[in-house]
Amino acid sequence: MSDQTQSTPTPATKRNIFKQLELDTRLLGMIGAFLVVCLVFNVWTDGRFLTPRNIFNLTIQTVSVAIMATGMVFVIVTRHIDLSVGALLATCTAVMGMLQTRWLPGMLGIEIGSPLIPWITIGLGLLTGALIGAMQGWLVGYRGIPAFIVTLGGLLVWRNVGWYLTSGQTIGPLDETYVLFGGITGTLGADWSWIIGIAAAVAAAAGLWSARRTKIRHEFPVKPVWAEVAVIAVTVLAILGFVAVLNAYELPERVVARDFAAYGCAQAEGCNVAYGIPYSVLLLIFVAIVMTVIATRTRLGRYIFATGGNPDAASLSGINTRLLTVKIFAMVGVLCALGGVVASARLGYHTNDIGTLDELRVIAAAVIGGTALSGGIGTIYGAIFGALIMQSLQSGMAMVGVDAPYQNIVVGAVLVFAVWVDIEYRKRTGAK
Amino acid sequence: MTTPLVQMKNISIAFGGVHAVEDVSLDLYPGEVVGLLGHNGAGKSTLIKILSGAYKADAGEIWINGKKVDIQSPRDARANSIETIYQTLALADNLDAASNLFLGRELTTPFGFVDDSRQEAETRKIMARLNPNFKKLKEPVSALSGGQRQSVAIARAVYFKARILIMDEPTAALGVHETKMVADLITELKKQGLGIFLISHDTREMMELCDRVSVMKNGQIVGTERVEDVTEDDILSMIILGKNPKAAA
Repeated sequence: MSDQTQSTPTPATKRNIFKQLELDTRLLGMIGAFLVVCLVFNVWTDGRFLTPRNIFNLTIQTVSVAIMATGMVFVIVTRHIDLSVGALLATCTAVMGMLQTRWLPGMLGIEIGSPLIPWITIGLGLLTGALIGAMQGWLVGYRGIPAFIVTLGGLLVWRNVGWYLTSGQTIGPLDETYVLFGGITGTLGADWSWIIGIAAAVAAAAGLWSARRTKIRHEFPVKPVWAEVAVIAVTVLAILGFVAVLNAYELPERVVARDFAAYGCAQAEGCNVAYGIPYSVLLLIFVAIVMTVIATRTRLGRYIFATGGNPDAASLSGINTRLLTVKIFAMVGVLCALGGVVASARLGYHTNDIGTLDELRVIAAAVIGGTALSGGIGTIYGAIFGALIMQSLQSGMAMVGVDAPYQNIVVGAVLVFAVWVDIEYRKRTGAK
Repeated sequence: MTTPLVQMKNISIAFGGVHAVEDVSLDLYPGEVVGLLGHNGAGKSTLIKILSGAYKADAGEIWINGKKVDIQSPRDARANSIETIYQTLALADNLDAASNLFLGRELTTPFGFVDDSRQEAETRKIMARLNPNFKKLKEPVSALSGGQRQSVAIARAVYFKARILIMDEPTAALGVHETKMVADLITELKKQGLGIFLISHDTREMMELCDRVSVMKNGQIVGTERVEDVTEDDILSMIILGKNPKAAA
């Protein structure tokens, strides 16, 4: 039975090298688009765009939107929309800002600077996001109000709940440990970056190889060994290359010289200290892995995509689509709070306008990343790439000195163009 | 006589002021095919959706194997070995055949993750039995032909060892060859002792496949007859006039 099924497709696949590698052409397209954007700006800025410093900044600027975009994928896949993410982020950071500076200190003997403060703050912040998200999901799923309306209302409500909680003040400075999640002040340093990078590379290689073994065990067709090895090699190089770039960005000499002993140097001269991987980027990678596992390997993910593909079929198959909606919006709420941690930690303050227009950036990231508004289609890695492409455009144009109005005009046009390309791609390759 | 597999007793359901199904009783024996006929909107689909758990009856009882059961949801129906093949197929177009076959009842690994490889292997096995030409296991089902999609829906019922099968116009979207395939399958499943409710507009097909036919009009049963006892004309007049010529005679 199985040798029959294997024998037929093989001759057809021989022709095409891409097919042999079994690469995701959409992922390649996205990487290609990103590289084009990078190269164009690099030439335009006389090589300032692709410096370790700028790549470092680009990654930490992308994190907050990218974290939320992974959740937006699930919302859009189930044919909903969430316009409230920026406002929800603001409410969460307001709660977290107030918790660590006003509400917690003095309670239960906790003082400002206590090591408990950041963790209690983040825990309650995530809970706030989950509860607000679940409530919006309940209105959509159980009360049947369109998500567009619920979250449009939410956009006004949560932006101003945040304002009310803080009386419109900027809240800060934030806790020292909490601020580490923002990026520049919280990095792993060179050694740990390499350790984690190598561990990730080994894990990725092992994962790809064991997936192949599983396929062989079930007698499914597998790609040739050389193709498998090539894919593994590229993956490993990409991971290590990324670490190398982040490690190449070093602290300014004067900063190190001021306190060289703290960086483990005997003297100020020749003491080079690399930033390495920011904690916020680690957080994003963790979120991306968890969300990808949910999307592809769990029942929850399967039900999300089934509901997006055919809501009637899903409920006739015994899936509780209403509860599913609540879970999805609660997940987005948690991710907004997490995005809020990164965004406010990066600023060092909670400000009244934090996350303004983030809803549009997040939706655009998901959509540029190939999430179809008609439902049922979308990937987590796509949304993250979408966020990265948007941020590259924005940063690149700022570096070049493009006038502010032109920047937004370009970003808007790119959004529409990207979706058009995606639609054409789907038409050519057959409905997917 | 043997215990009926299904007894639907005095079922009624109304949507707003419209009585879609009114005081309908119907039974089904093992190894029997019962056809439901009637105009669009006669209440056939609504009636079987009550049995499959998609709707909740306002009044009436459902008995399975001589025991009263309470069917609140599609899950309850499945727990009672009732499987449904819907007119609209009820497949998620964006997922592949295996994901659709196991939708709502995924095979999982010991860690609780969906076991895609095992699902695919099981799908290969059952498809080799039902439709040996079926090869597109990796494609989303939107890329399949009507017959292939139908075989995914049927495979779902067969794989989970349904005892009661509901087929709502299973051949509506199919070509001649594929219709024949479904008809053969119905005969085969009947031999294995399944009870099948079949809904169709094709009177001739119904005369061939069914043991008994029930005709519905305006939410009520006009009559239930053994196919040997009636002609196609009798059935047509029941559908159109809403009167049972045999009862009148």
